Amino acid sequence: MNAILSLIAVAGLALIAYIGVSAAGLQFLFGVVVPYVALAVFLIGVISRVVKWGRTPVPFRIPTTCGQQQSFPWIKQAKFDNPSTGGGVIVRMLLEVFLFRSLFSNVKFELREGPKLAYSSAKWLWLGGLAFHWTFFIVLIRHLRLFTDPVPGFLKGIEALDGFLQVGIPGIMISGVVLLGAVTYLFLRRVLIPNVRYISLAADYFPLFLIMGVALSGILMRYVLRVDIVGVKKLTMGLMTFSPGLPEGISVVFYIHLFLVSTLFAYIPFSKIMHLGGVFLSPTRNLANNSRMVRHINPWNYPVDVHTYEEYENDFREKMKKAGIPVEKE
Amino acid sequence: MYNGGKIIVGLIIFVGLFTFPIFYNMGKTAEAPKPNIDTPEINKMEKKQCVESKEWMKANHMQMLDQWRDSVLRDGNLEYVSSTDGKKYIMSLQNTCMRCHSNKKEFCDKCHTYANVTPYCWTCHIAPKEKEI
Repeated sequence: MNAILSLIAVAGLALIAYIGVSAAGLQFLFGVVVPYVALAVFLIGVISRVVKWGRTPVPFRIPTTCGQQQSFPWIKQAKFDNPSTGGGVIVRMLLEVFLFRSLFSNVKFELREGPKLAYSSAKWLWLGGLAFHWTFFIVLIRHLRLFTDPVPGFLKGIEALDGFLQVGIPGIMISGVVLLGAVTYLFLRRVLIPNVRYISLAADYFPLFLIMGVALSGILMRYVLRVDIVGVKKLTMGLMTFSPGLPEGISVVFYIHLFLVSTLFAYIPFSKIMHLGGVFLSPTRNLANNSRMVRHINPWNYPVDVHTYEEYENDFREKMKKAGIPVEKE
Repeated sequence: MYNGGKIIVGLIIFVGLFTFPIFYNMGKTAEAPKPNIDTPEINKMEKKQCVESKEWMKANHMQMLDQWRDSVLRDGNLEYVSSTDGKKYIMSLQNTCMRCHSNKKEFCDKCHTYANVTPYCWTCHIAPKEKEI
């Protein structure tokens, strides 16, 4: 049900762009206003979300410890899975951000004869996630060719590597195909595995369908419906130089693609995709496990009113004497 | 803000990366290139007409050249009949296309460079000699 609702929502978005451009002639709205608004919402939204997280105190060390912590010198420490220094944390974060270290673990649980709980290796989510994120990144970088003039030289190298199969005209880009495949896998995983389906919400399906829609419309534009690329670049360059113009003859698929991308960007600060900033700010990953070496003081500690025994005795000395209670000072 | 320094540096990097095109293109105008058809052969023509219509060529020239290559190299068929006016042409990049469009730099490269497209025509074919501008 969640999946169907999300699918309907994404299809509705595409339909809005289609009707808006081809029937109502709202090219300016969908080609200029919406992208600008989406970019502003994205930037301001991400900043305010990160600042909000930054203002939340994390008084104690709460890293997830995935290995032996620092102990006696003759016990081998898992330096990156249970870091106790800043350097270790940096390596741990790099492994997490670039290679998704935390997914590369034994995540499959089974009850076997006995009954015995067994953990085993299941790297499909790790592999699918890695393929998805990296190809998405490469596709994003490749789009810089539409946003820069002259195009920086390194993009030529990326395109040459990405399209080195030289299949078809225009050449197939491996990243585009893998991206669509990976996002499809991540979707099927949610639908076909019962316990994953059980915890999947509309907020999980919606971004998947949205990215699927973006990738599909992009692939359609490049290989099938053939959008006028020079016209498209004229529009994007107009946006980037703040002199927006609407070149004639850009097909409606482009506007659908642009609207879905704008929706995705504007949606990021309010959704799970905020993990792009959150991964850096997650205290279970970015803190060193050094509770035994460093004293961490709670930042909101207020001064505690201490009433020492000495003060107590000063207050009640006479009464205590009268009652026959021994006092320390006469 | 806790760890404010690090977070602000991170945010500046984030905004810098995502607004990179704005800074990179600052002060430029969004002018699209116009391929030049001012060559001796084209100027000689009464009716300036490519093998197909301009719009069709703009969208499909790469696929047509791909088909031409396959047709010539695999089937030995060198004759192309225009679907616009039924005229017959010899399928040849160097002898048909580039005879008229002898200005590769001002014609082909204009849009290809603009859109960062690297056709691999010239890994086999010889590009026409042009005067340096």
